[in-house]
Amino acid sequence: MTRTPLRPLARILPARAKGENPAVIERENIRQRHAEMQDRARVRAEGRLLVLGLFFFCAFLVVGGRMAVMATSEPQEPVASAHGASIAAQRADIVDRKGRILATNFETHSLYAQPPELVDPEAAARGLVRIFPDLDEARLIRDFSGKRKFVWIKKRISPEQKQAVHDLGDPGLLFGPREMRLYPNGKLAAHVLGGAGFGREGVNAAEVIGVAGVEKQFDDYLRDPANGAQPLALSLDLTVQAAAEQVLAGGMKLMNAKGASSILMDVHSGEVVSVVSLPDFDPNDRPRPPVSGDPSDSPLFNRAVQGVYELGSTFKIFTAAQAIDLGLVSAETIVDTSGPMKVSGYPIGEFHNKNYGKLSVADVIVHSSNRGTGRLALEIGPERQKAFMGALGMFDPTPFEIVEAHGGQPLVPERWTELSTVTISYGHGLSISPMHLAAGYATIANGGHYVSPTVLRQDGPQHGPRVLSERAAADARRMLRKVVTDGTASFGEVPGYAVGGKTGTADKPKPRGGYYDDKVIATFASIFPAHDPKYVLVVTLDEPSVQAYQEERRTAGWTAVPVAAEMIGRLAPLLGLRPDVEPGPRAAITLTSN
Amino acid sequence: MRGIAYVLTALAVFGLAFWAYRENYATQQVLKETRALQQQIGAAQLRMGVLRAEWAYLNRPDRLSELAGLNFDRLGLLPLRPDQFGLIDEVSYPPEPLLPITNPVDVSTMAEGEQP
Repeated sequence: MTRTPLRPLARILPARAKGENPAVIERENIRQRHAEMQDRARVRAEGRLLVLGLFFFCAFLVVGGRMAVMATSEPQEPVASAHGASIAAQRADIVDRKGRILATNFETHSLYAQPPELVDPEAAARGLVRIFPDLDEARLIRDFSGKRKFVWIKKRISPEQKQAVHDLGDPGLLFGPREMRLYPNGKLAAHVLGGAGFGREGVNAAEVIGVAGVEKQFDDYLRDPANGAQPLALSLDLTVQAAAEQVLAGGMKLMNAKGASSILMDVHSGEVVSVVSLPDFDPNDRPRPPVSGDPSDSPLFNRAVQGVYELGSTFKIFTAAQAIDLGLVSAETIVDTSGPMKVSGYPIGEFHNKNYGKLSVADVIVHSSNRGTGRLALEIGPERQKAFMGALGMFDPTPFEIVEAHGGQPLVPERWTELSTVTISYGHGLSISPMHLAAGYATIANGGHYVSPTVLRQDGPQHGPRVLSERAAADARRMLRKVVTDGTASFGEVPGYAVGGKTGTADKPKPRGGYYDDKVIATFASIFPAHDPKYVLVVTLDEPSVQAYQEERRTAGWTAVPVAAEMIGRLAPLLGLRPDVEPGPRAAITLTSN
Repeated sequence: MRGIAYVLTALAVFGLAFWAYRENYATQQVLKETRALQQQIGAAQLRMGVLRAEWAYLNRPDRLSELAGLNFDRLGLLPLRPDQFGLIDEVSYPPEPLLPITNPVDVSTMAEGEQP
């Protein structure tokens, strides 16, 4: 490129000669040069813009093309990335604490018909009725020969039935795959497991949803495919549960009770090892909920968590333990239990109108004196008693993880008067479920920490908030042991297991107010071994009555206690507890002086 | 010189194209095998689920106690009781094994001798 000088001599000299300004020439040249430079820059910028535009065009083309391809193609799992963790489409299993199956899935088929495809509707209907005797032939023929295009015949059929339908050979009878929830142990732990049913249904699949118990409580977990084949591990022990159901059913029959429940709970971890409510049902074929009558008469009713009852004298130990914890009394303090005693105008009586006279606090529990505990409660006072009951979790439904537990709302008096304080001290006026009672006794048994009962397997002890001092809990345990050795629960002695416990017999309330004279709830809440408690066992019998020594007996000492003793004798070995010699009382020291 | 470079480049392109072609088909083959394997795994898992359900069903406590009752004559099984716990020193040592026979007597020839 030739560069033109800004002041070419050839033009400057003639211009000077003419007397013109040579700077004009210079400016003219500068202007020309700038114009050239501008042209070049514009061309270059235009080129760059073109390249950039081309690039963006291509990029948009690629993105648009990819979108079009994705929109028109069939959705597909990326295969290469699906290795390793397999995706389980099934509902997760439920297993017991040792991994034994409590609930699993099973592949079955459903049967439906497409009437237009049927070759011989009447023969098909006849054949189906031969295979499934519960079907109505006339109705099938009406469905098959009418205008319907689709008829469900059976929701679940067995492989044998499927083969039999196949053998009918009618092309209008079709099968859809179904996943079915199976409880291989039948009635075992029916109330905990609950049951499952079909949710949304299609021809090719049906949704299995939990309808009760843990199946409903943990429905989201069980259905979540991200959990893979990880089963839900419960705290129940299959063997212990089966033995408990067997013994309790026998006891219920023997004691002529119409219902029974038992809870066996680890006092440190809060794991419920066995929970039974009788009568029970088969979760494979869950009965329909009753539409009339008392819901507690249905086998679906879970007495252990749903049934809120006044559990009677079993509460006395809480009063005594709190009185000792507050330092008001010791186990040896003498309490006057003689009558008459009136609180807010209501007389407080004893069982069979007995009069025990002056008793120590321990003997108040041993003889189950209402007036004795009432007087202790009056010393404690309503506020402190209410706070203590609240700390034991007696005002809220138990945190036990089955859906039914949310329905076990305790019945708490609206105004906590002095009379309520006295009646609640011996277990009347506050209705709770046996599960609440088990949690309360576990607090005494483990040395004063609150434990929340759980149905999930735990790895170690819960360290709940402290409710009672170590010393008060130990005194309460000694009193419970004394109830069995010298008191109302003498049938509860199981050699080697040092059972301690408290009986409770409460009259059943009538639905319209007042109490029945001849219907009771008999409860025995026990801990074993009393010197180093591992387990709490609460046994409740509904309306027991037994003939002994020419008399009709209903009290817990005659009904619930023998059943509980039999259960402990049967279950403790299964739990791996060795019978042990109870450590004797420390040698008394005689103080002498010279 | 430039010609050789062109030829080598062309050969390299051919080689790479052939390699890519082969890899493509090998990958598709492997994916197919993976799919088949996963189907097999799924079927096996399904079958395992059925077998485990069957195992649990056959081992249900009701049935086991019924079987124990049926076979009581032969097995004499009863529920575990607390008095069945023992101490380790109540377990006796296994009997001493018999001493090895160092001078065996051949009884087969003795029996033959008695025959007439």
